[in-house]
Amino acid sequence: MSKTLAEKIWSDHIVRSAPGEPDLIYIDLHLIHEVTSPQAFDGLRLAGRQVRRTDLTIATEDHNTPTLNIDLPIADPVSKLQVDTLRQNCAEFGVRLHSLGDAEQGIVHVVGPQLGLTQPGMTIVCGDSHTSTHGAFGALAFGIGTSEVEHVLATQTLPLVRPKTMAINVDGVLPDGVTAKDIILAIIAKIGTGGGQGYVLEYRGSAIKALSMEGRMTICNMSIEAGARAGLIAPDETTFEYMKNKPHAPQGADWDAAIEYWSTLKSDEDAKFDTEIFLSAEELAPFVTWGTNPAQGLPLNASVPNPAEITDVEERGAAERALTYMGLEAGLPLKSIKVDTIFLGSCTNGRIEDLRAAAEVVQGKKKADSVRMLVVPGSARVRLQAEQEGLDKIFLDFGAEWRNAGCSMCLGMNPDQLAVGERSASTSNRNFEGRQGKGGRTHLVSPLVAAATAIRGTLSSPADL
Amino acid sequence: MEKFISHTGTAIPLRRSNVDTDQIIPAVYLKRVKKSGFEDGLFAAWRNDPEFVLNQPQYKSATVLVAGADFGTGSSREHAVWALQNYGFKAVISSRFADIFRSNSQKGGLLTVVLPQVSVERIWDAIETDSTTPVTVDLEAKNVRAGGEIYPFEIDDYTRWRLMEGLDDIGLTLKNIDSVTAFEGHRPSYKPKTLPVRS
Repeated sequence: MSKTLAEKIWSDHIVRSAPGEPDLIYIDLHLIHEVTSPQAFDGLRLAGRQVRRTDLTIATEDHNTPTLNIDLPIADPVSKLQVDTLRQNCAEFGVRLHSLGDAEQGIVHVVGPQLGLTQPGMTIVCGDSHTSTHGAFGALAFGIGTSEVEHVLATQTLPLVRPKTMAINVDGVLPDGVTAKDIILAIIAKIGTGGGQGYVLEYRGSAIKALSMEGRMTICNMSIEAGARAGLIAPDETTFEYMKNKPHAPQGADWDAAIEYWSTLKSDEDAKFDTEIFLSAEELAPFVTWGTNPAQGLPLNASVPNPAEITDVEERGAAERALTYMGLEAGLPLKSIKVDTIFLGSCTNGRIEDLRAAAEVVQGKKKADSVRMLVVPGSARVRLQAEQEGLDKIFLDFGAEWRNAGCSMCLGMNPDQLAVGERSASTSNRNFEGRQGKGGRTHLVSPLVAAATAIRGTLSSPADL
Repeated sequence: MEKFISHTGTAIPLRRSNVDTDQIIPAVYLKRVKKSGFEDGLFAAWRNDPEFVLNQPQYKSATVLVAGADFGTGSSREHAVWALQNYGFKAVISSRFADIFRSNSQKGGLLTVVLPQVSVERIWDAIETDSTTPVTVDLEAKNVRAGGEIYPFEIDDYTRWRLMEGLDDIGLTLKNIDSVTAFEGHRPSYKPKTLPVRS
């Protein structure tokens, strides 16, 4: 019977299937960080259980870690306790950990792929909703809660109900200045924050196939913002090329066997998806959010919408509340919005290609006096590579701050936060109220829009320069 | 996990859609390493507003939360479930829940009930008219009873059985651990391992 890619990976990982019960699914890789793991390790200890497969488990510190003065002890005692707890747990249970200061430390979803631990056809989980990032390799990857973290630590499996499948076809050639981030923001605006609930999304079509691995990761990363636990892209030559020479990529005969298997990982031509949607790449434009959920977005050339014109009562109420929170008036052109802070980083857009794209825009220019710009590489490895390419100098000459790796200003857990009423153009993934700091106002953008905005001080694309 | 058969209490109307887990509990409250004490962080930003429904005295002792569509979107933090439970909630009713939040709630024994939006609206009307209206969430009978009306809901038999028995998933899986070992015997050698470390 013909199958979708998601169904193929699912079938290959069924440990046990019984009528009326969820399938028991084997997990190939478990990524750990300090926020969602302490209670899980505690649970193991209380029950006298071990980590079943330490060789399929890896941890890093990212959410709480500062991006300045990383050689000093973490100043916030509660953050420090959480990081120390991870260190103790990893030592006690024998889990590989990359701590702050280590060359492999960084955001968990940047670290997995760069080590070559993320590979096609795998099942990958992490107590973090942006685990969907790894779907860019044709892996079934999704975020889990702490109870599930404990379950995977103890058994290397999860009982799961088979998700439905949705194909998202993006065909055509992207116009200049339009990036993977704009594609996914447009998709979320189209299907809504709940549109993907219960589904695995498979992104397909010529515009997706033309993307680099970094771009594919940006798209899959934000599947959760459309409500889907996982998003997938079928592996191809771009994927295989990226995998080559990564530290944990298969070697010798294993490489050949892996390529043979990976080449089968695509949806069969006549496979049936439960839902299918279509977008034309030619019609896409630089995209920006104006509200407080990621579906409240519009092309940069548009104006702030008027809630009175929204017919759905719930949506109208949500739009009214969002405009009040964001301090915006209906009808205001988005390009006239002044921002205070530019954040370039996160598991969405903190990879080397994102830094290169932004550096190209700001090279030889000076930032607007009215803004501050934080450039935060997704991992220590990305930071090192950027420095080898001289990107740090470009950003510093421009007037930006060059920081150490971590989740940073994507979420208000570490010292990098917005103040009350402060407005950002951010390459991260969530514009929720208070997400970047209590009272902070977030506009989600691509690295190109972030860079152009830093030059002009108002929401802009490179075409406006 | 505590067994959930049926619960009767008063309910609180949260007339907002897209209540993401950053609103249920902001990141700054996630730093604790135990499962208790998260009630302080529940809806922390919204609770600064004296008009916010949780601050209204008539809803102080409510144990059922009746929320707008797409409750629990965003971050996978199970702290959102713990915060609701630590505060005293036993069940949440909405027309749609985010997948990860729903899964987390079912692990921890917080019952999440999906009702059509029209039913949610009627319960809102009932508990706004009289905040003392008892609301019964009956998992055994698979219905919600409020203001003289009965609202049936669907839940898969397996999850229902697990919640009614208060069973823990890990214990259930460990009964089948031999099938896990058997599966591991056939995993291809090209699948990556984190140990030993390669660089």
